[in-house]
Amino acid sequence: MERHITVPMSREEAKNLKAGDYVYLSGILYTARDAAHKRMEEALERGEKLPISVKDHVIYYMGPSPARQGRPIGSAGPTTASRMDKYTPRLLDMGMIGMIGKGKRSKEVLDAVVRNGAVYFAAVGGAGALLSQRIKKAVVIAYEDLGTEAIRKLEVENFPVIVVADAQGNNLYDTAVKQYRREE
Amino acid sequence: MIRTVDVKELTANIKEMCIEAVHFLTPDMKEVLEMAVKKEESPLGRQILCQLEENLEIAGNEMIPICQDTGMAVVFLEVGQDVHFEGGNVEEAVNEGVRQGYVEGFLRKSVVNDPLIRENTKDNTPAVLYYEIVPGDQIKITVAPKGFGSENMSKIFMLKPADGIEGVKKAILTAVSEAGPNACPPMVVGVGIGGTFEKCALMAKKALTRNVNQHSKIPHIKKLEEEMLEKINHLGIGPGGLGGSVTALAVNIDTYPTHIAGLPVAVNICCHVNRHSVRII
Repeated sequence: MERHITVPMSREEAKNLKAGDYVYLSGILYTARDAAHKRMEEALERGEKLPISVKDHVIYYMGPSPARQGRPIGSAGPTTASRMDKYTPRLLDMGMIGMIGKGKRSKEVLDAVVRNGAVYFAAVGGAGALLSQRIKKAVVIAYEDLGTEAIRKLEVENFPVIVVADAQGNNLYDTAVKQYRREE
Repeated sequence: MIRTVDVKELTANIKEMCIEAVHFLTPDMKEVLEMAVKKEESPLGRQILCQLEENLEIAGNEMIPICQDTGMAVVFLEVGQDVHFEGGNVEEAVNEGVRQGYVEGFLRKSVVNDPLIRENTKDNTPAVLYYEIVPGDQIKITVAPKGFGSENMSKIFMLKPADGIEGVKKAILTAVSEAGPNACPPMVVGVGIGGTFEKCALMAKKALTRNVNQHSKIPHIKKLEEEMLEKINHLGIGPGGLGGSVTALAVNIDTYPTHIAGLPVAVNICCHVNRHSVRII
């Protein structure tokens, strides 16, 4: 099913999403990948607040290429999500509503998605030029020294993603692959 | 006759080649992607493949890198034995080309100086550089910026002779199955069989730079390439790993003699953004 959704989003909206839905997101996304997740985890361990409020927000696992003059951002496709698995359940339990990445997640992450009524989206890996054009504004808001790995606030319009793991525990990576698998 | 080449020529070419490789794919890659749209059975798979074609168009027209992971620059220099370099250090000249390409071309800097301390070098240097001495007085430069979504899913198997061709097939299918959606399918699969531990890995890497429409010249290896492409596409992984009949665009296999006791197999996986730029100077 094709849907248009505004982010941040409510838990009710997230729970209505089904694995396989093709979704266009508009609104605010935060970026964070390996190094930013490590820093956020360290901040939480020290009892500090995070530089962003994750509640109801979607984090996009992405480190862009530099923007040419007059453009908000460079190439901007998803990175492999499993490298963030170690940090994700904690953020979901803190109210993060979803993630955009590519590739499989751990059982701990998928359980946390179900437990919290959240959602895991995939964007098409390697479509960084196309996705770049759906990003209207990008501002670095934390960990600027990390360069491409800094946390950015993005304003997106009709940003195309696919629901992979939903709050009911469905996982498109498992079901769709079985459908097209041909036994030898 | 000795031909003298100024290393500045290497720098200038490598700079341009880095920028070219991350914005434009070679014609053979575009051809296999077009074929894939026709072959793909899954509607979502076809939609993703069409997005990838549109992405290539935008990348070239707007000069936005095809993928934000503009890679670590792998550079192969095949140097004619009659070439004499002047004007500086060859390795420094190559790295200077990479530096200029990545900094001036708005490419992402993805290299850290020490694998454990992990500070970004901020100019994507150093390159991973391989030299080969060949007959003649020319230099063949290949620049292949390699992304790590797929690099991380690559594998080496030190098989035993008794494992034979069935063992090799199983190794390739294992690597591709485990890579699944992480390696941004549809993939190009580079395989090295034989040699030693590091030789087979290097062959697998170099096999990715071969035209994807040209099979191995060795008849039984050509047959193996065809069979493995079919078997991989039967895995059902599909475009984006979201199910479908096109999981790989090509399987390129290179081989080398090996030891009586071994059968090394390396599987270097590349996503559909199989980038390389080749020049002969």
